[in-house]
Amino acid sequence: MNVFEKLMKLDRRWVFLFLIIVCVFAYVVDFNVPIMVEPESQKIYDFIDNLEPGSIVLIAIDYDPNNMAELHPMTYAVVEHCWRKHVKVIFTALSQNGPGMADQAIRDISDSLMVDQTYNGVEFKGREIINGVDYCFLGYKPYYALVILGMGQNFRLPFPSDYYGSPLDSLPMMRGVSNYNDIDIVVDLSGGNITDAWISYGQSRFNFPLALGLTGVMTAQYYPYLGSGQVMGIMGGLLGAAQYEEMAENPGLAKDGMRVQLGAHVVIILFIIMGNIGLLIERRRHKKEGGI
Amino acid sequence: MDFGTFLWVNFGAFLTFAILSFLYKDNPFYKIAEHLVVGVSAGYFVVILWHNGLSPNLFQKLDDGSWFLLWLDSSEPWYIIPAILGVMMWTRFSKKWAWVSRWPMALYIGIATGVAIPLEMGAKVNRQLYAIMEKGFDWQNFFGHGSFNLLDATSGLSQVIIFVGTISALIYFFFSKAHTGWFGGMAKFGIWILMIGFGASFGYTVMARISLFINRLQYLDKSWYRNAVDTVNENYHVGFPIVFWFLILLIVGYIILEIVNHVKSKESPAAE
Repeated sequence: MNVFEKLMKLDRRWVFLFLIIVCVFAYVVDFNVPIMVEPESQKIYDFIDNLEPGSIVLIAIDYDPNNMAELHPMTYAVVEHCWRKHVKVIFTALSQNGPGMADQAIRDISDSLMVDQTYNGVEFKGREIINGVDYCFLGYKPYYALVILGMGQNFRLPFPSDYYGSPLDSLPMMRGVSNYNDIDIVVDLSGGNITDAWISYGQSRFNFPLALGLTGVMTAQYYPYLGSGQVMGIMGGLLGAAQYEEMAENPGLAKDGMRVQLGAHVVIILFIIMGNIGLLIERRRHKKEGGI
Repeated sequence: MDFGTFLWVNFGAFLTFAILSFLYKDNPFYKIAEHLVVGVSAGYFVVILWHNGLSPNLFQKLDDGSWFLLWLDSSEPWYIIPAILGVMMWTRFSKKWAWVSRWPMALYIGIATGVAIPLEMGAKVNRQLYAIMEKGFDWQNFFGHGSFNLLDATSGLSQVIIFVGTISALIYFFFSKAHTGWFGGMAKFGIWILMIGFGASFGYTVMARISLFINRLQYLDKSWYRNAVDTVNENYHVGFPIVFWFLILLIVGYIILEIVNHVKSKESPAAE
């Protein structure tokens, strides 16, 4: 039995163990991985960066805790960017297990902006982020398609009050804000079918700029909407989040994870190459022995 | 540090190891963690649904009515209609009355279909067709916008590849004509396009799965390990190193036990 035959019969758990060792090694050893920013992520960043102070962005945190590994860093990067630019944010959380997680993220990001920092050479004076002034968290309502359609008429239809129970009209930033016509862009950070609803029931019906932040598994299937102009930008998986962090000069968990991604991908590619070589050799040997 | 944080951070670390242990083989720790995820998700969803759906959209609307008048004296009595439709759904539990549930079901499907078909057709078929037919190919930016970039998804070249690729992939699934000659060639190109598409999805999926592991690594390191070893850390608590070493000993002990069992089974294969 040659080395390739042995590898073909290798217990998959050795592959897992090897992968874990490489991932842990790449995590522990501190080295920098260059991040190449793709145009589809750049467009989202540029759009938000060019917004005037006081503009309103709707950020839909449409994922459950099982997708937070990829999408939470995106939420942190985009929301921090908005608040640094004094852009107001309306949050929704249309995935059933997401509202508590979204609330915690909003509090974390608010806390992180209390201190003075410098991003891309621009000094940011730490400030308090106030509920009702800088943001409004609408929370969750069942049947996301109907909620998205309802918000197109008036945010108050599906959400008469916010997540914390305050009537929307009592919040200063929501005065005069009626529907999608009064906001500048919708950023949907999603780990499921809600993205389809935002495209079909939201963007196509009400024609607002829509940007997507998606899990890696979903990303490839939404590129056709980028080409048709229905979606103005896409951030795909942890890489998309890392690209946004890179552009915003705000390194976080996504950029920190790129070292591990690099190591894991090298290992997986090597295993794929070895597996294919082994398969080809096996097939050739089988043919030589008179097999089909 | 409060006791709650101490408890939940350690419990999170335990559950992380319990879930990852499935990579080796199925075991009771994994089962506990798996059932906990399903149970907690279902419980949380019920509470969220009550507070965000049923309570504000039904019970609060009928709050000012009297139950003995079946809430008909409330200011918004028409909310009884969806409530009745909802109750009718429950007749599915009875064989005799199950037919009643067809009425609300028919209404629900009818409304959903009426809303969905025009919007879905518009967004997923018409707009995609318009994108090519209205504007045509972007010949001016054939090799990328601004600079030469073969990876530009909106360049003219990408549009041509998408157009030809879509037609070819559709031809591959057209079985009313034999896949021979130019038609066969297109079908073959179509299957290549499909494979490239699946490859792109696979690549992204690998990244997604590794991302989950990275997240757990970051949690174990930043929220758990550092609290156990870094005495200067504000979250340090003397309980952390105790739990940390207990869990490490548990894992190491389990590995040793498995090795011993493996060696024993090799020495006496008949026992298996």
